[in-house]
Amino acid sequence: MTQGAVQTPAADAPSATVRSRARMREQWKGYAQKYGALATLAVLFLYNAVETPHFLTKQSLLFILLRQAAPIAIVAIGMAIVIGTAGIDLSVGSVMAIAGQVGATIVLHDHPVVLAMAAALLVSAVCGFFNGTLVARYGVQPIIATLILFIAGRGIAQLITGGELQPLANPAFQWVGLARPGGVPAQVIIALVVAVVAWLVMRLTVFGRHVLAVGGNETASRLAGVPSARVKLYAYIASATLAGLVGLIAVSANSASDANNTGLGMELDAIAAVAVAGTPLTGGRVTVWGAVVGAVMLKLLQNTLIAHGITKEVAQMIEGVVIVAALYLQRHES
Amino acid sequence: MTTATAPPRARRLQVGLLLQRQGALIALVLLVVLGVLRYGDRFATGYNVQSLLADNAKYGLVALGMTFVIMTGGIDLSVGSVVALGGVVAIKVSQHGLVAGLAAGIGVGALVGIVNGWLITRLKLQPFIVTLAMLLAVRGLALNVAHTRAAVASSESNFQKLGDWSAFGLPVAAWAMVLAFVGGAAALHYAPWGRQVLAVGGNVDAARLMGLPVARTTFSVYVLSGALSGCAGVFLGSQNGSVDTAAGQGWELSAIAAVVVGGTLLTGGIGSVLSTLVGVMLLQLIFNLIVFENSKHVLTISSYWESVIRGAFLLVVVLLQVRLIRRRSATGRAA
Repeated sequence: MTQGAVQTPAADAPSATVRSRARMREQWKGYAQKYGALATLAVLFLYNAVETPHFLTKQSLLFILLRQAAPIAIVAIGMAIVIGTAGIDLSVGSVMAIAGQVGATIVLHDHPVVLAMAAALLVSAVCGFFNGTLVARYGVQPIIATLILFIAGRGIAQLITGGELQPLANPAFQWVGLARPGGVPAQVIIALVVAVVAWLVMRLTVFGRHVLAVGGNETASRLAGVPSARVKLYAYIASATLAGLVGLIAVSANSASDANNTGLGMELDAIAAVAVAGTPLTGGRVTVWGAVVGAVMLKLLQNTLIAHGITKEVAQMIEGVVIVAALYLQRHES
Repeated sequence: MTTATAPPRARRLQVGLLLQRQGALIALVLLVVLGVLRYGDRFATGYNVQSLLADNAKYGLVALGMTFVIMTGGIDLSVGSVVALGGVVAIKVSQHGLVAGLAAGIGVGALVGIVNGWLITRLKLQPFIVTLAMLLAVRGLALNVAHTRAAVASSESNFQKLGDWSAFGLPVAAWAMVLAFVGGAAALHYAPWGRQVLAVGGNVDAARLMGLPVARTTFSVYVLSGALSGCAGVFLGSQNGSVDTAAGQGWELSAIAAVVVGGTLLTGGIGSVLSTLVGVMLLQLIFNLIVFENSKHVLTISSYWESVIRGAFLLVVVLLQVRLIRRRSATGRAA
């Protein structure tokens, strides 16, 4: 323990085999980084197809797995964009609670459904604007900037109704959480649409390029004329708005808005989903589909363990181990 | 920068420095004065001070560990789960006596810290995600040990006495906190280890080039954070007589908030141990004052305001810090 650095052997003449082995290892590492989460998902899927009864049914796949994973996937997509700018958004769970409360309160006062949803999303966007302003304009570290709304946001949501549970019975408002157009849960469709749009935005638009540039090297990107402050601001607004959308989905699916519990722990689920997909938290990379795959993979892992008689607590421990293992396999040499 | 503008700038810098270093302390003093003036004797009673300190002790111990971790430029999100695990294990083991329970709670916390430290220094994984995964895993472990129920201390053991005993007018937990903070401050200022912690957080590469044991120092702060959180869990269990399944949830973020309010920068390399204590007191005192305000029945403040006010406090502190850092870099001097 006491000696400082590890002695590196003098590699004066590496033989051809050593070199090719090193290259192969690099290649494997590249694969592990890119497809590790997808491969784990495939393995889990195959295992369940063989071992879990009724796994390969529409009910099980669409209405349990994907329906449960969809909200996490949507938040994780926003989180992935923020992480791409070398940031983090801890406030998503609180923003969900605020959006759910705002939407439910407006609809319960017999105002139009569209107004309720628009107001909820607008309030969420304002939350994102607050986070983004602190990070982009004032240079506050993202963890601290979003910690403020993480702490205060839940209190704000609770103050809207004094912490009371608000039961909901409005099919139009609850469409996002309960409807099943064409036999598919609406939230799965929404998640898919969000993923496709986010993927296209990241691939095709200038904003997408800018996110990667800002996260990769902010100083360089600013010198190259990238409006880094605006890019970061938009990223936090996107993350908060998506969290607000999921807040609406959550209260709709529960048929009640509960400021105390809506979105509790969502920030951790979303960050874990992004991280297992091999996205470095240091920024500069965004994989929208990785976030989706990560969310589905972690959900399937939980469900698999619980379906096979492993208690929820042990499942949680295994989840922690899997996240660390995923990080280890996908670590990026600095 | 001409010499003519330098003196007022320097003075403003001094004021700014004072605000950053002692801003939390000033706010704390103001709040205490407000409490004494508005709620009089009831606020300033020994009982209120004792219960405030005993309550704060747990948060203080966790925040102390977090301070050292943050000084190295890291973060430890697992502390809340470690509080739960430490409490549960201590209660289970306390059947064999108080000392065994105390040792087991601290020991299991240190063990989690060893795992964190190993993953971060040896496997070179990011502290944020490593400790996030440990937050999940350790919470699962704590629930598993407790059989997903609240762990209740046996009434035959003297475990709960730890929460009741007091010495020289203060509860044992408060003494533990005071000792830990005095020890921490002494270690930071007078021991080589404290200097190394700051050096690692200030500039890892420079610290390594200077031949400082970077890995060992980083490892040690996570072990310390784990042990202190485990100890906080022991006090939680002994004060309440039980540790429920949600114990310690979210403590990691309140600890970070207390550290930041105290003026320790999240970038590492700068920080003060005693300011963290002030930060902890400040954030808890807000809650205490709300309770007193409500008992006056003049203004009723919903307890939900507590988190909003804490968030607002954090916001003000952070904005003050930002102003200060900007001004300091503008004048081009390192304080």
